[in-house]
Amino acid sequence: MSVLVFTENWDGQFKKLSFELVSYASKIAEMLNTTTTAVSIGNVGDSELNKLGKYGADKIISVSDNKLVNLDNQAYTAVIAELAEKEGAKTIIFSNNNVGKALAPRLSAKLKAGLVSGAIKVPGTIDPFTLTKKVFSGKAFASVIIKSESKIITLAQNSFKLIEKNNTPSIEQYAPQVSDDLIKTSIKNVEKQTGKVILTDADIVVSGGRGMKSPDNWGPIEELAEILGAATACSRPVSDEGWRPHNEHTGQTGKIIAPNLYFAFGISGAIQHLAGISSSKFIVAVNTDKEAPIFEAADYGIIGDALKVLPELISAVKEVKSS
Amino acid sequence: MKILICLSNVPDTTTKVKFVDNNTQLDKTGIQWIINPWDELALTRALELKEDADASVESITVITVGGKDSETTIRKALAIGADDALRVDADPGDAYVVASQIAEAIKDKGYDIILCGIESSDYNSSLVGGMLSELLNIPSISAVSGLHISNNEVTLDRDIDGGKEVVSAPTPFVAVVQKGIAAEPRIASMRGIMMAKKKPIDVIAPQSVEVLTEFAGYELPQSKAACKIIDPENVKELVDLLRNEAKVI
Repeated sequence: MSVLVFTENWDGQFKKLSFELVSYASKIAEMLNTTTTAVSIGNVGDSELNKLGKYGADKIISVSDNKLVNLDNQAYTAVIAELAEKEGAKTIIFSNNNVGKALAPRLSAKLKAGLVSGAIKVPGTIDPFTLTKKVFSGKAFASVIIKSESKIITLAQNSFKLIEKNNTPSIEQYAPQVSDDLIKTSIKNVEKQTGKVILTDADIVVSGGRGMKSPDNWGPIEELAEILGAATACSRPVSDEGWRPHNEHTGQTGKIIAPNLYFAFGISGAIQHLAGISSSKFIVAVNTDKEAPIFEAADYGIIGDALKVLPELISAVKEVKSS
Repeated sequence: MKILICLSNVPDTTTKVKFVDNNTQLDKTGIQWIINPWDELALTRALELKEDADASVESITVITVGGKDSETTIRKALAIGADDALRVDADPGDAYVVASQIAEAIKDKGYDIILCGIESSDYNSSLVGGMLSELLNIPSISAVSGLHISNNEVTLDRDIDGGKEVVSAPTPFVAVVQKGIAAEPRIASMRGIMMAKKKPIDVIAPQSVEVLTEFAGYELPQSKAACKIIDPENVKELVDLLRNEAKVI
């Protein structure tokens, strides 16, 4: 009956979101009066696996199978379904990131388990099993009841605080039945950025809009991002113009992010842009137009030219960072 | 290749949402309905591929689950260039209902590539594509920002954290597509609008589907505290606030 939580690692190291997910799952397990079982697929060492105990995992099932090196949605879903059955798990948790969005709906259809995606907190009530999620791109919240016996939740990123429980988990190495014909997709090529902070995983994001006036003015945005250990982002017109790559576009049709701190330089804050960033804990806006809608979403604002404010901000940040 | 695109009918993205019936229903008064933006990009990519002789795309079909009123959106897709359309005459309910209705409606129709947008801009659930692929027991590729067909071989660009992978998949499959799949959605031409009137919409009777989830109510977010305005001559104050008040740097 345990709560099953699907963790993700990056070259054998757990992503921060995995600890959030385990904390979240163990909180739900507490409400359901049961235990938390974390699933890890990939080559992850025992000391790394044990870190999941710190956030409340009672048991860890580690699957290390060379056939599962690449994400094949159909094969991964089959493995997780097998584990859910083996553990008798009726509540299964994923992140609402690319991987969770790829796997959770498949598992939902396979198990006939009602699924709420992008939940922002633990269930308000257990009976009925009610979750809250954002809808209409952040313009409203909905309460959704899961009516089926098996339940799946994907948790919105950066929406649940880590809880330290310091459990000593048991670790089970498990070899699932993965037949070759189950894996139908293959990877032909991989392009990875190196050394850059990943936008959807970043605590701080520094973003620029058309108010930056030219792609040649991005130097200070990158510099500020580097000093803060932040990722860089941009608004839609900027990526449409080709000033910045499409993978930096944040907004309704681009990336939806929820960092602790979001800087908007020269971004007016169209409703579609706000849809992508409104879950940020703090928003700083710098814009020459005091009527710009970004100031309604922002916590801190400077009415001024981003190109003039940026160098001063960089030196002020450098000063406190070095003190 | 036969391509199918799943369309969701959603309120225009600039809509100010309101709720009625004790906050249990969306107030549909005055809402402009559009093709879900990601579905529209999927359609655009399908049209580009059909124009490319190498890709040998035979037909483009669109499908939606909804009442008669959703036909306005279907006609728009036909006007942009889809060849024909299917409408399952059912209340879309939740994602599982939609996926089940589509799976049942298309299971014997031999589509090679099924495209779904990464999410709908109303319920933001990102579920139908994945559910549909499992119900049809075929591969799915999610977070797809590129779709290429050459010599009957299909490759897809899949976004991963900090990069992308090129994935090869045998047909049939479901691709869940996002930004990047096509540059700009197309606008229907006058000729397209005229031709769309003659294109067939096949209305399919719904199946009975188990209800797994239920939307119980809605709430609008509380208005945010006013923005603290800082003098541009005093940027240090901003850093001080971020460090000592917000505690984020």
